Amino acid sequence: MITKRIIPCLDVRNGRVVKGVNFEGLADVSSPVALAKFYSDCGADELVFYDITASAEGRSLFADILTETAKQVFIPLTVGGGINTVADFDRVLKCGADKVSVNSGAIRNPALIEEAAKLYGSQCVVLSADVKRVDGVFRVFAKGGRENTGMEAIEWIRAGVERGAGEIVLNSIDTDGVKGGFDLEMLEAVCNVVSVPVIASGGAGKIDDFITLFQTLPKVDAGLAASIFHFGEVSIADLKTAMKDHRIPVRL
Amino acid sequence: MTAIIDYGVGNLFSLQCSFGAIGEDVVVTSDEAVIRNADRVILPGVGAFSDAAKKLRDTGLDNVVKAVADSGKPIMGICLGMQLLFEKSYEFGTWEGLGLIKGDVRPIADVIPANLKIPQIGWNALQFKKDSPLFKYIKDGDFVYFVHSYYAANCADAVIADCNYGAPLTAAVQKGNVFGCQFHPEKSGKIGLAILRAFCEPEVAS
Repeated sequence: MITKRIIPCLDVRNGRVVKGVNFEGLADVSSPVALAKFYSDCGADELVFYDITASAEGRSLFADILTETAKQVFIPLTVGGGINTVADFDRVLKCGADKVSVNSGAIRNPALIEEAAKLYGSQCVVLSADVKRVDGVFRVFAKGGRENTGMEAIEWIRAGVERGAGEIVLNSIDTDGVKGGFDLEMLEAVCNVVSVPVIASGGAGKIDDFITLFQTLPKVDAGLAASIFHFGEVSIADLKTAMKDHRIPVRL
Repeated sequence: MTAIIDYGVGNLFSLQCSFGAIGEDVVVTSDEAVIRNADRVILPGVGAFSDAAKKLRDTGLDNVVKAVADSGKPIMGICLGMQLLFEKSYEFGTWEGLGLIKGDVRPIADVIPANLKIPQIGWNALQFKKDSPLFKYIKDGDFVYFVHSYYAANCADAVIADCNYGAPLTAAVQKGNVFGCQFHPEKSGKIGLAILRAFCEPEVAS
């Protein structure tokens, strides 16, 4: 049976991983290549590189580290951040990305999803959505969660899949950073309307949060997190062992 | 030297790098002479069967692939490249394949339970069906990475491994010197690299 995926996310600015990382035995903790290799060796099922650079120099540094990572790490690699056109898709795919995640770029121009899916296939197009409850309604936020678009999130995601998105990353702004567990209610609402893989993001603070996620919502395919892996609060090896103990299908 | 056939389908960067990682010389090429002179050949592929089959025919590389297979040299199709090895595909129509292995390509929707997602995306375990030199460095139950909506059917004689996605789906095939992997060895971590390493060894050619 297909396994539940555990996906660490690396924020990269000017070619370096941002947010402090603290691992014993890892000399250069802000090297995306070293960290990617480390995670791959620990059993990460996939990696997400998120480019938070604004400058052109940063973009080109990002391309360099992506290429270097793809040369050394042989698990699926998703790239997000600053993807606004199919030329952006092309730019990162050429460097070795397997999937490309779109967020604000798709909000500005929803046709981007269709164009990219036609050119590269749906399996290549990941729709990432930052979602927050506003007066009891799930709303899509743009620009890294700072701007309320007013769009109803579940319909936005459903339509995105119809346009050709092959996977969904659902990031709950309400639970993000709180470390109190994933947003099960929001995830279930999304799982009920789409038939493509759903990746849960935002809220994981401990191993039990992943166990609860996969036991409560078997339709969720993967769990994504950043700082808890980077700070060593949760080790991927321990997490996967715990998943196995709870009879959750996992790759060890 | 391993030749990866470039016929304008998909991105071959990772595949090329994976051979570098196991210390094998590799070239990405559409040059017939280079392909014919290589020690072994990889037929990659992503996207739609009909497009890929047409591109292979338009470039004349379909005959090169057939000639390589006839010569006894090891050849491996990966993902859609594996599907192209079969006689035909029923992906949005009926399309002719290379016919190097008996069987056809059908939607996984025909055989898997309705509650499972399509495509199958993610890591699944190999279930060995037959001995193969491809498995020299891996064991039954090892995980590899799949992304596919179609599978090779009616090819029981050639199946060397399948995976369970609510139903057994063809994961790897072999007919003599002709090999195929539905999964992506270049995205399957150490296990994938071990499969490629085995493919590069002399016993594969014997």
